Amino acid sequence: MKTKSITKLLFAIPMLALISCGGGEKKSLKAKKHKVNPVTIEVKGEMDAELTAPPFVPASVGNRPAKKLNVNMEILEEVGEMTDGVKYVYWTFGGSVPGSFIRTRVGDEVEFHLKNHPDNKLPHNIDLHAVTGPGGGATSSFVAPGHETVFSFKVLNPGLYVYHCATAPVGMHIANGMYGLILVEPEGGLPKVDKEYYVMQGDFYTKGEHGKPGLQPFDMQKAVDEDADYVVFNGKVGALTGDNALTANVGETVRLFIGNGGPNLVSSFHVIGEIFDRVNVEGGSLVNEDVQTTLVPAGGAAIVEFKVDVPGTFILVDHSIFRAFNKGALGMLKVKGDDQKALYSGTIQEGIYNPEGGTIQEIPVAEKAVVKKGKLSKKEQIANGKQLYTQTCFACHQATGDGIPNAFPPLAKSDYLNADVNRAIDIVIHGKTGEITVNGKKYNSIMTKQSLNDAEIADVLTYVYNVWGNNKTVVTEKMVKARRSGGGH
Amino acid sequence: MIKCIFRLAIVLLSGLFVQTGYGQSGNAVDIIGGTYIPLYGRDSSQVTVSDFAMDVYPVTHGEFLEFVIKYKKWQRSEVIELFADGNYLLDWKGDTILGDKISENAPVTNISWFSAKEYCSCQGKRLPTIDEWEYVAMASETKLDARQESTFNQYILDWYERPKQKNQEVGSTFKNYWGLYDIHGLVWEWTYDFNSVLISGESRKDVDNDSDLFCGSAAVGASDLMNYAAFMRYAIRGSVKANYAMRNLGFRCVKD
Repeated sequence: MKTKSITKLLFAIPMLALISCGGGEKKSLKAKKHKVNPVTIEVKGEMDAELTAPPFVPASVGNRPAKKLNVNMEILEEVGEMTDGVKYVYWTFGGSVPGSFIRTRVGDEVEFHLKNHPDNKLPHNIDLHAVTGPGGGATSSFVAPGHETVFSFKVLNPGLYVYHCATAPVGMHIANGMYGLILVEPEGGLPKVDKEYYVMQGDFYTKGEHGKPGLQPFDMQKAVDEDADYVVFNGKVGALTGDNALTANVGETVRLFIGNGGPNLVSSFHVIGEIFDRVNVEGGSLVNEDVQTTLVPAGGAAIVEFKVDVPGTFILVDHSIFRAFNKGALGMLKVKGDDQKALYSGTIQEGIYNPEGGTIQEIPVAEKAVVKKGKLSKKEQIANGKQLYTQTCFACHQATGDGIPNAFPPLAKSDYLNADVNRAIDIVIHGKTGEITVNGKKYNSIMTKQSLNDAEIADVLTYVYNVWGNNKTVVTEKMVKARRSGGGH
Repeated sequence: MIKCIFRLAIVLLSGLFVQTGYGQSGNAVDIIGGTYIPLYGRDSSQVTVSDFAMDVYPVTHGEFLEFVIKYKKWQRSEVIELFADGNYLLDWKGDTILGDKISENAPVTNISWFSAKEYCSCQGKRLPTIDEWEYVAMASETKLDARQESTFNQYILDWYERPKQKNQEVGSTFKNYWGLYDIHGLVWEWTYDFNSVLISGESRKDVDNDSDLFCGSAAVGASDLMNYAAFMRYAIRGSVKANYAMRNLGFRCVKD
């Protein structure tokens, strides 16, 4: 009881606040309304809508007046290829995933003919987010196989909208590919650009794991768990790569109509190497500029525009990045044209940066340890060598001489080391690449050429040979000199 | 609780038959009635089905051909549009000639509810109710109620999902617990009261309806495959009208 009355009180306060500033709110809403009330836009004439399969979009509405627009859409259930060797039964609007792109303008009266192919097993309907009305049209468009339903609606709000099937089980119908985009252009159309494309993300749930060949049925449990096997653009892995890549020329402005059918996952849409000059956030009227990654909600959309200034291949990804590289959410935009060195140089220089051993290279002789010169006793050599080891060898071969499994071979009790002192000297002088076997284990990495003088090499090797159970060889400066001048390589 | 009722029913009824299990008479098998919870239901919405006999196979093209020869008003050119739409027997060559690619033993489709109902009544039979049909549809090859088995549900869903499976002959799928063939995996089947399910097609709205079918617990939390399979059947029933003739929709008859 007590809780209830508190809740009531809590409700009452904002209610009062709302009432007191009600007038002001109304005003601001009004100011945001479109100049022409779209409800009153008269339609002039009639035309059949051009429908396109992705990644293409129909021509812009341009300056045409609002019309009665006939949309004829056929629902097809058909087997398609998810990725090489993996088949899937797609349910489609117009024979493609995503479904056919519909392009309208504010004030159009759309007469929608939804046709369910007689071969289909299931009834379907369509919910267009661009519709103002119950179910977005779904309540009026339920259609059995071999039948057609007709309903009409007036498009009132400009923007990019998702449409999808809303027949039980809704999630399954969407998961099988029943979604697409409908664009409502403002009067006069969107500003002209050079290239327009249609890209829509979707997540798929298959009985077999990602890549398991054969006809894969829909997996309801995985869908409920939101554990996608495939996250793809335009219905399948590779729909926008290789020969299917989007194309543009240097200097052109590209507009992408991005949708996300879901059913579950939200997309972090990003084009690697591009910055979106303009984004119609969530497909609406709000424009953001200079955007790196834009969120596209499941059942939502975005319009992104950017000028392609330099040639190359630009990768479209869902920047939830494992989806891109492991589940298929990857597309390509290939831009042709001359290099624009001032904007992007390409690789100017290629070299190695590897603080702890890369390929064979010189390490600058900078801060050298001050070591005792002249003829040294074995003990002195070991002391010097230890110091040098700590500076030069320690990072890879470790303080204990055990190395790092699978990366850097051990020096402690090393059969490879103890077998051939000259080989050991050569390696320190020249570096070493390629496969070797040490104590029965294979290593295939790179040791740099060390910038040590002959005496230092003698000392460090003497140290190494006299610790960790090695064979107590003493390496002299003379031995090193001999290898450097004559032996080895 | 349900199990007890089943057992009781079976024990009581088995006494009435000389044979235990199901008996056969001609091309029909006896179905021993019982009480069950339909796929969409809650505990409180148990359904009781009385004994009946059901055709082993769906009605075939050949059988339906005999029917229209005998009852001329159900021939394609004679049928009243109110009782059968333009797709009625669409793939036949003529009023009494099957199409070239149609096997006599394939299940007849593109028939309306009216024509199916008439066919049954001319044989002294009737169409099964939804409850009766769903009752026998619970059965796998070995179990009376296999709805909890994932392989059974996957089999059903696989068929629902896959388009363009036509011209298979009756008996080409499995024989279930009752001795019925093709309940799943061949064609959809008309039921007598198919349109008693109030589904608007806007399934999300239906979820909110305070109806037996889409009670919140079953719909909102529907994560079982068996619920999904049921939703699909109810969706197809909800999408049709009695004069529709569909390529994937056939029927079979029952008798009290």
